[in-house]
Amino acid sequence: MSAGLVILAVVAIATVGFFVGRAKSLSSAGGDIRQLHSLPSYYGQATFLFAAVPALLVTFAWLILQPMFVASQISGMIVSGDIVEGASRTLVMADVRRIANGLDVAVTAGKLSETGIEKLNTASTDVRALLAGVGVAVASDVQQNILAAAKEFRTLTSTLRIAMAVVAIALSVLGLVVALTRIKPEYRARNVSEQAVKALLILSSLVAILTTVGIIASLVFETLHFFQLYPAKDFFFNLTWNPQFTGGSDLGFIPLLWGTLYVSFVALVFAVPIGLFVAVYLSEYATNRVRSIVKPAVEILAGIPTIVYGLFALITVGPLLRDYFAQPLGLGQSSSSVLTAGIVMGIMLIPFVSSLSDDVINAVPQAMRDGSYGLGATQSETVKQVILPAALPGIVGAILLAASRAIGETMIVVMGAGAAAKLSLNPLEAMTTITVKIVSQLTGDTEFASPETLVAFALGLSLFVITLGLNVLALYIVRKYREQYE
Amino acid sequence: MYDAPILGDTVDQKTTKISARDVQVYYGDTHAIKDVNVDIDSKTVTAFIGPSGCGKSTFLRCINRMNDTIDVCRVVGDIKIDGEDIYDKRVDPVQLRAKVGMVFQKPNPFPKSIYDNIAYGPRIHGLAKNKADLDVIVEKSLRRGAIWDEVKDRLDAPGTGLSGGQQQRLCIARAVATEPEVLLMDEPCSALDPIATAQVEELIDELRNQFSVVIVTHSMQQAARVSQKTAFFHLGNLVEYGDTSQIFTNPLDERTQNYITGRIG
Ligand SMILES: Nc1ncnc2c1ncn2[C@@H]1O[C@H](COP(=O)(O)OP(=O)(O)O)[C@@H](O)[C@H]1O
Ligand SMILES: [Mg+2]
Repeated sequence: MSAGLVILAVVAIATVGFFVGRAKSLSSAGGDIRQLHSLPSYYGQATFLFAAVPALLVTFAWLILQPMFVASQISGMIVSGDIVEGASRTLVMADVRRIANGLDVAVTAGKLSETGIEKLNTASTDVRALLAGVGVAVASDVQQNILAAAKEFRTLTSTLRIAMAVVAIALSVLGLVVALTRIKPEYRARNVSEQAVKALLILSSLVAILTTVGIIASLVFETLHFFQLYPAKDFFFNLTWNPQFTGGSDLGFIPLLWGTLYVSFVALVFAVPIGLFVAVYLSEYATNRVRSIVKPAVEILAGIPTIVYGLFALITVGPLLRDYFAQPLGLGQSSSSVLTAGIVMGIMLIPFVSSLSDDVINAVPQAMRDGSYGLGATQSETVKQVILPAALPGIVGAILLAASRAIGETMIVVMGAGAAAKLSLNPLEAMTTITVKIVSQLTGDTEFASPETLVAFALGLSLFVITLGLNVLALYIVRKYREQYE
Repeated sequence: MYDAPILGDTVDQKTTKISARDVQVYYGDTHAIKDVNVDIDSKTVTAFIGPSGCGKSTFLRCINRMNDTIDVCRVVGDIKIDGEDIYDKRVDPVQLRAKVGMVFQKPNPFPKSIYDNIAYGPRIHGLAKNKADLDVIVEKSLRRGAIWDEVKDRLDAPGTGLSGGQQQRLCIARAVATEPEVLLMDEPCSALDPIATAQVEELIDELRNQFSVVIVTHSMQQAARVSQKTAFFHLGNLVEYGDTSQIFTNPLDERTQNYITGRIG
């Protein structure tokens, strides 16, 4: 009986429990709803929960624990002689699992019977060819000992599966019976069901938090691993980035950090003034009609996938800058440059800055404008001297959020700025960023044990720390700003 | 019920400062002010009273053209200050507002220092030649706003950090700093406690020496205490206008009578 069927059976039992519980609560009150503590459907829900939750929890725990248990049983059967030169115990275990799975496939395909498997012997049958015949590829010829382990694996697994089904269904029925015996008019069924809802809500938020914790933990763990293979001092202070897959790499973080900050800076130099002007125009000058057209139009920019911006950088902005600036001025030959990526990324960031700034400018109370106009200030004086200063903290928050977007951007940089890690001031030269290098270190045929790949985690963690810091700062500033008008 | 106004407390030379003829105001299709004719005297405190929604604020905002900042608002008719039509095309509303100051219902200091709040108007109108000049203007305005003693040691502190009553007096000081000729006040005490209200009322009485003050108030006691002239608005009409003492002791119109005795409103 497969796990899916077990879960279905449990849910079915629980659903029956719902209707029985509901009916029983009514009859226990003699058909008078007012005698009941809760509405009848709450009694049904409580019964459902009793029948379903313990059984499902046990099923899930079983599903997680069973493979570990089986593995520990089986690995005792594998003697060190079975482990071929250069392979590890985990690889052999993977083979066992694969062969067991292949036997299952063969049975369903009708090539083998259960008794046939009992008699299977590496001396008389070519197991590898047999498995290949049903579409399961095994790396090497199958040893007798490993075949035995695979057989054992199958029997153990199927026995445990049956045990799981029995336990789960028994628990479900038990829960149903217990719940039904507890149904009395004064039983607080609504509280039970509300507690369950609350538990579900808590669980959901825990999932979000735990995922974050998990991500950080894995980053930290792999980073520590990296620092065992490569000195932290070199990572943080070495000025060259030159990974070699043959070893002896220079993995200095500085050139990448520099590239990241440089590209982001150029992007912000473009995005901040334009975005701010758009926001001021939309919130202070534009009529409602213009606003209702321009605001969505600007926000369309935010909906364009970054890869499309990347294309724009690659085929339009890059060559344009090279032909009209870099080459005539003798500043560079490459169409990939910091300026290309920065400009295109700046365009991408305009709606971020304008939309958030527009919100904070609109949040400046009308009384501020009235006060200023009432003193005979013009519109531009009011904007410059009252509205922008009042909205400044919020605008700074918006800019910091845009900056953290810029720092985390990848596609535009790959296609616009290139992949050469360089420490240079020339904005028309190709450079690269942390994100791009994380991708390039992890793609391709890599082994997850060399510093050249593990450095990606150290880079990821550095990036995470930078953007987290920016976000926290931005949130702090924005919150401070909110307080000012409360 | 209210303090009896001191009868005979009239102003010596009564010249007309503001004169309105057949003023209509529309918000889109709503006709908010209907056929208002009024002559407001200089160096006098004139109170606008009436039930809420009757158009007091709307009419007040016509006098410094603040209604221009509301898109849907349209003003028809003549309003003259010192004989000059303020709705004439040649009049710049920005300059007009420097001459006709305004204090709002809710204190609205800018999120700047106390000093910069006061200096805001003089700076944009170029009233001070140098820093020393500006210092003089700031001090003088704060003294006229009757708040100098409370803030003289913390001119760099933010204006938003003052108490409500102090903020309102700061706003009054800010309005007088541009040396207006007329001061419009829209329920300046409605957000204040009784003590702060008394301070602001005392201040208004002093301001009468230099400015024409027009004050909107929902409190009849306040109108009786601070004003020499009173105008009663009802449903967009100016029902009755006259000496405060006459309006409160001997109203001619039945609606006025009903309002001041608390039967409408
Ligand atoms: N900005 C506006 N847009 C549309 N209608 C308005 C606006 N301001 C005021 N009104 C309307 O004009 C009328 C007079 O309002 P107002 O002058 O504020 O009254 P008061 O100050 O006497 O309480 C009310 O009916 C109000 O709804
Ligand atoms: Mg009003």
